[in-house]
Amino acid sequence: MKFNRKSRYIAGFLLLILCVVLFFCLNLLTGSSQMTLSKMLEVLTGNSSDTTAQNILLRIRLPRLSAAFLLGGALSVSGFLLQCFFGNPIAGPFVLGISSGAKLAVALVMVTALQIGISVSSWMMVLASFLGAMLSMGWILLISRKVRSMSLLIVSGVMLGYICSAVTELIVAFADDANIVNLHNWSMGSFSGTDWQDVRLMTSIILLCLLLTFLMSKPLNAYQLGEAYAENMGVNLKKFRITIILLSSILSACVTAFAGPVSFVGVAVPHLMKTLFGTAKPIIIIPASFLGGGVFCLGCDLLARNLFAPTELSISTVTAVFGAPVVIWIMLHRSMKNYE
Amino acid sequence: MSDQLLRTENLIVGYGRHIIVQGMDFSVNPGEIVTLIGANGAGKSTLLKTIANQLAPLAGTVYLHDKAGISERELAKIMSVVLTVRIDPELMTCEDVVSSGRYPYTGRLGILSENDRQKVAEAMEMTHVTELRERAFSQLSDGQRQRVMLARAVCQEPEILVLDEPTSFLDMKHKLELLMLIRRLTEEKQIGVIVSLHELELAERVSDRILCIRNGKIDRTGTPGEIFKDDYIRELYQISCGSYHPVTGAELEAVKGKPEIFVIGGGGMGIPVYRRLQRQGIPFACGVLHENDMEYPVASALAAEVMTEKAFEPVSEIQFQKAAAVLEKCRNVICACTAFGTMNQKNFELLKLAETAGKLIKNQIL
Repeated sequence: MKFNRKSRYIAGFLLLILCVVLFFCLNLLTGSSQMTLSKMLEVLTGNSSDTTAQNILLRIRLPRLSAAFLLGGALSVSGFLLQCFFGNPIAGPFVLGISSGAKLAVALVMVTALQIGISVSSWMMVLASFLGAMLSMGWILLISRKVRSMSLLIVSGVMLGYICSAVTELIVAFADDANIVNLHNWSMGSFSGTDWQDVRLMTSIILLCLLLTFLMSKPLNAYQLGEAYAENMGVNLKKFRITIILLSSILSACVTAFAGPVSFVGVAVPHLMKTLFGTAKPIIIIPASFLGGGVFCLGCDLLARNLFAPTELSISTVTAVFGAPVVIWIMLHRSMKNYE
Repeated sequence: MSDQLLRTENLIVGYGRHIIVQGMDFSVNPGEIVTLIGANGAGKSTLLKTIANQLAPLAGTVYLHDKAGISERELAKIMSVVLTVRIDPELMTCEDVVSSGRYPYTGRLGILSENDRQKVAEAMEMTHVTELRERAFSQLSDGQRQRVMLARAVCQEPEILVLDEPTSFLDMKHKLELLMLIRRLTEEKQIGVIVSLHELELAERVSDRILCIRNGKIDRTGTPGEIFKDDYIRELYQISCGSYHPVTGAELEAVKGKPEIFVIGGGGMGIPVYRRLQRQGIPFACGVLHENDMEYPVASALAAEVMTEKAFEPVSEIQFQKAAAVLEKCRNVICACTAFGTMNQKNFELLKLAETAGKLIKNQIL
């Protein structure tokens, strides 16, 4: 049995890595401009003299797919943290309204900046997004103290999300400026227009958070047995709670700052990973969620770009199509278990 | 004293400004089971939570090994708990749940060493859950869950085990098994146990010492022999309807009124008859019982009238006459007694009296 478990973990990770490589290649190859495998390899190894191909691959597609991979991973890990924290399998940054809070804050900052005529750096976006995420998080924490019911928590999160989105729409509608087109695109969620500078910033933030999250896997594991038992095992609950809230907020804020709100990845991917690996052990699921979330978003971005090319879909449209059924599946599965 | 594992000093527990139990000074020694009893809401769980450092005391101190304010990490190696909260861990096997008890001993990432695995296996063996190892925790019955949680607590290698109503939800077999297991642990590993129980008969059998909590304080402390005597339990639980006897247990309220049926009892055979008459709401008299007869407490709890005789004395003529007078007024007579000898010779005469009066009915008919 021990051996089986171990081999299942190894097989799972191999599968995920394989998927990452596969979707990396697919994302590089497809798009409005056709690319062949040999051409791609030439460019990647630096042996190509075709500057157009070089530009498309290295300036547009590679940063975009890196962003999709990193941000998808960040979202899933953030979702996993929130699920552990609230003891709720359908918690996630999007359903709890944290992404929408971040979106509202970013929209406010962008519009104000446009009006007074200063350009917004990526750093400022991340910061604004983080503040928005923390505000939403504060609201959700207040609610979760008052109500013990899982569904009520989710409902209030979704409602908060709607309120934030409505206010964002309002801001976008009233801020008349040519740049608003960008803002509108961003507020729908998209990985397009990412440059290397953004990728560098998000890489450093996300990898740092990921490392810290991974180091939290032991107390997270204890926390899965409930607060009382976690405390008995020597977990400092106060410190633990603050760390988890900060990490999950930074991760989801980072995603919102760069790609806008991306729905359902945070709920669906950790659950799929738990099913794939047959465990909820944080030490396995944290890295698995990161890889899985990356693959999920690479796949969704591939569809968003190519399905109705040259029109691009917003990333949330695609993630919702694949993510929402998973959420429904989780809920049905759980209620069936309760009736047994 | 240095061999005390746990000692409290003027401890006051409660929530916020609301004091639940105060002025507590007690200790737990190695190899000793201390049981908390008291009515619902008396503060047993609050006290246990405070001892387990999950609730800050309102005043006073809990000393472990004569030290106060031990850090969470250290505490985790000294004390483990089995609580009443139901846990529903996702996708965890029993072994995963038990292994979590090794938490205080593992490294940064919580990876189990060979020694840890050994301890987990031992704990599972001890609590008889080895065969459940690969089963999902969420699919277990309540009894199995409780044993798994105990295994978890055991492999934490505590010196003190805190158990909050570990026997609730269990059937009699599992209650006994669990308590025997705790008893064995206490003796083999010389740990100290502090446990709250609702089953008084079990508390009486398993405890070395009993703390009774009533009216916001420790009302009484003592050995089971000292606690389970006279009417103290009745007082502790403020039983106003029905009664509780340390040996025969709880009885419902007696049916009041003029006796309609006379029961000739003795030797314990009358107990089912008394209880049946109580259920049917028929007032009855019984006798003549010796004061040390095992059914005497039940009879005096349930009967409208009890004719008694001093212990080890033959039933006297006076008592016989009294009983005969009562029997006269009764509609029917039931004889539950099956053996007559020197001491209850007069009861046999009562039986004959009933027979001649045509009042005797068979024991089973009612």
